[in-house]
Amino acid sequence: MGSIFSIQQVINGLQVGSIYALIALGYTMVYGIVRLINFAHGDFFMLGAYAAYGTFFVFNALIVSKSGVTAFFVLLASMAAGGIIALLTNQLAYRPLRYKPKLSSLITAIGVSMFLEYFLSALPMVGPSYRPFPDVIPRVNIKIGTATISNIVIIDILVAAVLMVGLTLLVKKTALGKAMRAVSQDKDAARLMGIDIEKGIAFTFLIGGAFAGAAGLLAGMTYPRIFPYMGIQPGLKAFIAAVLGGIGNIPGAVLGAYIMGLAETFASAYNSLIGEGIAFAILIVVLLVRPTGLLGEKTADKI
Amino acid sequence: MRKVAFVLALAILATSLVAAQEIRVGGVGPVTGEAATFGISTKNGIMLAAEEWNARGGLFNNRRVRIIFEDDKGDPAEGATVYTKLIQQDNVVAIIGTVMSKVTLAGAPIAQANGIPMISPTSTNERVTLVGDYIYRACFIDPFQGTVGANFAFNELKARNAATLFDIGNDYTKGLAENFRAQFLKLGGKVVAFEGHPAGATDFKAQLTKILANKPDVLYVPNYYNDVGLIAKQARELGFNGPMVGGDGWDSPDLVKIGGKAVENGFFTNHYAAADPRPIVQEFVKKYKAKFGAEPDALATLAYDAAYIMFDAIRRAGSTRGSAIRDALKTTNLDVVSGKVTFDSNRNPIKSAVIIEMKNGQQVYRSTVNP
Repeated sequence: MGSIFSIQQVINGLQVGSIYALIALGYTMVYGIVRLINFAHGDFFMLGAYAAYGTFFVFNALIVSKSGVTAFFVLLASMAAGGIIALLTNQLAYRPLRYKPKLSSLITAIGVSMFLEYFLSALPMVGPSYRPFPDVIPRVNIKIGTATISNIVIIDILVAAVLMVGLTLLVKKTALGKAMRAVSQDKDAARLMGIDIEKGIAFTFLIGGAFAGAAGLLAGMTYPRIFPYMGIQPGLKAFIAAVLGGIGNIPGAVLGAYIMGLAETFASAYNSLIGEGIAFAILIVVLLVRPTGLLGEKTADKI
Repeated sequence: MRKVAFVLALAILATSLVAAQEIRVGGVGPVTGEAATFGISTKNGIMLAAEEWNARGGLFNNRRVRIIFEDDKGDPAEGATVYTKLIQQDNVVAIIGTVMSKVTLAGAPIAQANGIPMISPTSTNERVTLVGDYIYRACFIDPFQGTVGANFAFNELKARNAATLFDIGNDYTKGLAENFRAQFLKLGGKVVAFEGHPAGATDFKAQLTKILANKPDVLYVPNYYNDVGLIAKQARELGFNGPMVGGDGWDSPDLVKIGGKAVENGFFTNHYAAADPRPIVQEFVKKYKAKFGAEPDALATLAYDAAYIMFDAIRRAGSTRGSAIRDALKTTNLDVVSGKVTFDSNRNPIKSAVIIEMKNGQQVYRSTVNP
């Protein structure tokens, strides 16, 4: 039993949870504002990883820079790639369907997801195969008592925490955040108040995509191999995390993601087969017992 | 009208005559997907063998061989489709393929049902050739690799407590792990953990933390290279410094690219080593390097050998009839790069294995083990 609920396993779970959290935030923000489950979100995560991969090699070829500088630009590139593609997806695919039946957008989301996966597979410079992800920063192991933690894990958790705090401040304290909240509460009233709702929606996609991109970089650093379908599984898990926390609710997504990460780790430690399934078991239980999720508010229309 | 029909008939006759000159043989391998380097090496090996036979005047009666190569993407469903296409659309007389056991197990029943002889270069799972009398392979099988791995861990590494981590969704890794465990126990060692992980996983820390709590002195990881790279990195991160042992699934240049320093102190059983001084090995290495600009890995070697075994059988059969080629395969007695090959009653080759060590990011030949 000791090896199932040890400090080490808690660290393992937090690491998994951090990556889910960054993806789940985008899911939940987009759902909150346009009531759309953006199935392409996991692919923004994948694009972030590829952008980081490309940027790293360009930097290494052009300049022999300090790894800290490279790491900063790699992070920037992954967030830019995730954000810009998310924004384009919104403008080109979702915006024209904004006032059409919800199902059209949902099917479009699946289409966009497949397009991104297969298009990248077909590109000769990307291709469908696994690529080994480079060490953006050197790995260092730190021993704490009986547990070992690597600097990558600390970075995963820190980056996730910093971005989450930043997002909360943005949504709560800025005018833009206020507009986003207004749009998510009532689109028509927001428009009557003179809020540019399309701007609010576009910004939400940009931020959500950027977070997914950052998660892609972190995942690449932690699990150093990337491929065009790498977003499917984490995307699905992050979606469940968002539902668990209450879809549309920002702190809920983070809470849900960490619960998922820990639950998966403990369950895998107990038995690998349960580990894979626990996420879906949690989803079913939550939908049965508390369909609005842990922190979600009661509303009439859900998924 | 009659003239047109006559010309048409003549054209059909002419093309069928030209086509009859050529012997079509199918090749299958995962050129893309999770084991892409395996597929590319396999294709290279088969193509090189075909080129050499054609340069010597073909298989028999000056009939050249033409390889029709298909990508199975490492996916059983895709494998079944590709086998059907080769047999029914391309009318191949034999198939050389495919690499991964789970995919071969999907393709072999199709070849068997159609009476098309096939030889898998590298599918080591026991059940593959048990599909039927048309199914052969060019590599040794899982029990042998697992047994050699256990002997090596117990006798040479002096390990007494072993742990394994394998992919439960993959017949190959499961087979190796089970046979490793059986032999290690037989030698008097203890298997302190026997853990599976789900297919497609990237985080193995939960399982590794649990395994390492039992303090194994050797970790047996019979997975494919891209999983091994991740597992090695995560095991080292969790503080495991002991040796890791695996099977031929480690044999890829990407192992070091993904695993980096973490795969040092790693050992795996393999079919051949480029450092083997036998002339047939050195000549093959030279030709392969000249053509593809890289040292051949075991996948390329076994594909080359498999092609040689199949071409030799077709030559001795002197026919493209499935049953004739099958009968010729049975009596194979051929010196190929990975050793001298004869087949047992289950159509498995009887030959030797080598142990390779990962040292400073390079594969280093360590020893040869006879069956």
